[in-house]
Amino acid sequence: MVQIATIVPIMLTVGSNRIVPGVAIPHPVGDPAKGPEADKKARRELLLKALKAMTTPISEQTIF
Amino acid sequence: MTIRVVHYINQFYAGLGGEEAANALPEGREGVVGPGMQLAALMGDRATVVGTVICGDGYYGEHTEEARAECLRLISSFKPDLLVAGPAFNAGRYGFACGDICTSTGKDLGIPTVTALYPENPGVELFAKNTVIVQAADSARGMKVGLEGLARIGLKLAAKEPLGPARLEGTISRGIRKNFFFETNGAERAVAMLLDKIAGKPFRTEYEMPVFNRIPPAAPIKDMKKATIALVCSGGIVPKGNPDHIRVSSAETYGRYDISKLDDLTPENYESIHGGYDRVWANENPDVVLPVDVMRQLEHEGVFGKLYDFIYTTTGTGTAVAHAERFGREIGAQLKEAGVDGVILTST
Repeated sequence: MVQIATIVPIMLTVGSNRIVPGVAIPHPVGDPAKGPEADKKARRELLLKALKAMTTPISEQTIF
Repeated sequence: MTIRVVHYINQFYAGLGGEEAANALPEGREGVVGPGMQLAALMGDRATVVGTVICGDGYYGEHTEEARAECLRLISSFKPDLLVAGPAFNAGRYGFACGDICTSTGKDLGIPTVTALYPENPGVELFAKNTVIVQAADSARGMKVGLEGLARIGLKLAAKEPLGPARLEGTISRGIRKNFFFETNGAERAVAMLLDKIAGKPFRTEYEMPVFNRIPPAAPIKDMKKATIALVCSGGIVPKGNPDHIRVSSAETYGRYDISKLDDLTPENYESIHGGYDRVWANENPDVVLPVDVMRQLEHEGVFGKLYDFIYTTTGTGTAVAHAERFGREIGAQLKEAGVDGVILTST
């Protein structure tokens, strides 16, 4: 499992192992203020990073 | 009215023997056995130990369901007002049995229960929220103090007297917070606490953080092109109208919804009900919290094998840790059962 959220210290505290920092609390996987294209681009980059995190061996909590 | 007490002990304290008698079947005896004599003396005139239920620790641990059912039947036959179990000190199996029978008795018979365990006894972590646990020493050298605690707390519970804070009662915290009035306001107390901290003096928080269990990282996915990936979300994204009435905060439930025919979340089909962040962006395009649109594209491009047909979602604000843990266990089990290889959890 990969968690994408914005407040990294909370993910570390609750014990998430694969962590991808998100864009902002109300829109962790997107950047809608920059318009639809930039929003989708931000989302795509984050999801690709999350998928890569899933294929990466780790032995402790890791921020990607 | 005299309080009717049943005392639960293991084979060793009943005098049946040690490890060789650990498979002793449950039995009930009238009156006190072993340490029950001192317990009865400490409780005095207000209570009578009407019966003792005995079970081998090995039997309880290995045949828990049968042992629990038979012990419950025996306990119930004495018509008790209170169950006292142990002390079990740092004995793991005995501590498990004491915690388990206290939990079940409280649930099934609706009577107060109390046991006494060393704080590191594994029974503490398992049962601390379900029964009152007196802090005991790690061995039977602490028998007298343990029994005194059991007698004092047991009498209070049976009389329905409220318990004070765990650290003053000598019990293990059940994680319960009670409101009360303070003489000084929060700002004054916070400054006083900070000054104590700076001065290197002892200070005590008024809001203890829960301790979270650590789980080892999952092994990586070997072949992403064949992997099934599921989306799970604590950002309160639900089908429009919130059909399962998931709470906007302090959620006690989660939803499971079919997205197999969806390529995009829109204000027409999904919405955010989360009570802990500004929902303007999420309601304009729920994909910014639950990214179905781009996941579907990446699936079509063959970046990964398949987007799982169902999403799981809840609101993660003010949510009790116990509920959150249960959601995680249940969702994890269902996804595993469904053959899902990986999960992306988005949180706000």
